[in-house]
Amino acid sequence: MDSGAIAWVLVSSALVLFMTPGLALFYGGMTRSKNVLNMLNMNLYCMAVIPVLWVVLGYTLAFGGSGDGGWIGNLDFVGLKDVFPDPTGETIVFSVFQLTFAVITPALISGAVADRLKFSAWAVFVPVWALLVYSPIAHWVFAGGWLADLGALDFAGGAVVHMNAGAAALAVILLLGKRHGWPNTPMPPHNLTMTMLGTGILFFGWFGFNAGSALAADGIAAVAFLNTFVAAAAGGLVWTAVEWFKDGHPTTLGVCSGIVAGLVAITPCAGFVGGLAPLAIGAGAGMLCFFAIQMKYRFGYDDSLDVVGVHLVGGLFGSLVLGLFADSAVNPLVVDEGLFLGGGVTLLIDQAIAAAATIGFAFVVTMLIAKAIDATIGLRVSESEEQQGLDLTLHAEAGYNLADHS
Amino acid sequence: MKQITAVIKPFKLDDVKTAMKGAGVQGMTVTEVKGFGRQGGHTEVYRGAEYQVDLVPKVRLDAVVDDGDVAAILEALIAAAATGEIGDGKVWVTDVQEITRIRTGEKGTDAV
Repeated sequence: MDSGAIAWVLVSSALVLFMTPGLALFYGGMTRSKNVLNMLNMNLYCMAVIPVLWVVLGYTLAFGGSGDGGWIGNLDFVGLKDVFPDPTGETIVFSVFQLTFAVITPALISGAVADRLKFSAWAVFVPVWALLVYSPIAHWVFAGGWLADLGALDFAGGAVVHMNAGAAALAVILLLGKRHGWPNTPMPPHNLTMTMLGTGILFFGWFGFNAGSALAADGIAAVAFLNTFVAAAAGGLVWTAVEWFKDGHPTTLGVCSGIVAGLVAITPCAGFVGGLAPLAIGAGAGMLCFFAIQMKYRFGYDDSLDVVGVHLVGGLFGSLVLGLFADSAVNPLVVDEGLFLGGGVTLLIDQAIAAAATIGFAFVVTMLIAKAIDATIGLRVSESEEQQGLDLTLHAEAGYNLADHS
Repeated sequence: MKQITAVIKPFKLDDVKTAMKGAGVQGMTVTEVKGFGRQGGHTEVYRGAEYQVDLVPKVRLDAVVDDGDVAAILEALIAAAATGEIGDGKVWVTDVQEITRIRTGEKGTDAV
């Protein structure tokens, strides 16, 4: 890495880290006011526990023995052994950048379990999940593991971050069950201004997420930056248009959701596609995810803040359409071009295999972890705690003391 | 003495307050309340899920007045609060048995 690359990836790491508090605001605004601090807390907990875990074990299980075509990293970097000394800083910069991804991925799951998960269960779930689910999948894709060997592409984490978190979220909520009263009792967002600010922070940080994943300050980073911008905008525009046409109103939550859906879908594609492909990818995600979030009512799973509908579906969509749009003129890492560029279906098939493996592994292992926690600590708060709100019952705080008579 | 209680549209509060003062009201208590009447509630939509909000925000005014002022105050209040649209609210009058000004101990009409 040249000094430009090191500078850009360090800045990108800070940008990506900023996405987690952004996500906290995005989700926090959508919860009811009695649970807002619990949501913020679940996100901040990831910022506190994952870095500690990463330097000890997480990084080595993900990136030890890179390029081995394997399933999980070795122990070369346990406790940062073999990372130091690193006078050029290349390994450190890479591990810091990857750490920020490891922070936000479990944080994404918090939106699905909102309003009813024990904080003690979350405190155990996050580190265990990071080691048993996140690190292996990161190894498969980002560290030259078996999916990378197969030829599957994932520029910035459509599979590793979004499909992974979405599939894990689905597994946890199937065990956790619905919130009392859902879907008959209204549970509207308590502060969409927070959600809007969170959306802006996510959008801002996503430039580091995607353009930083070039791991260089070069043309590919520039393409990824532009693609991220365009897909987010197209997602927001199309979601708004569809809901305006279908439900009669252009909503604030709608444009926020569409922007995030566009960002999710462009993530695997960011540095592999060019031209107007990001327009199609963002627009497609905006429309698809709008309909996907209605699935929970049909199938009866309580995905509180639509992690499955946006991250699993959006990530899957982006990963599959990369098999249509991947362009070797944009990035020489593209060996088999997409179907629309005359590359046939080879890449599309590889992408489908990678998606199935990621979703299957994340779902099954997460289910096992959640079952173990349910059998020991218990996943769910009591009904009375749920009714009173988790801020007061689990954290002894209130998000808003507006009628203070002191 | 009578107590006049009105539940009105929140944005009409300033007009109604001014009109009632003009008609001789000495003081009033204002409360933010929620409720429903014939207007019913309204619908909110979040990610395609429609929520019926049954309780609509309103402002409640309470004022205790002399019997002789009731008619004029009611007339002023109703004229100021009316928009002609559904949801303008209600006003009702109740008898007050006793009233005391806490600072001085004055009772009855002197305390109004």
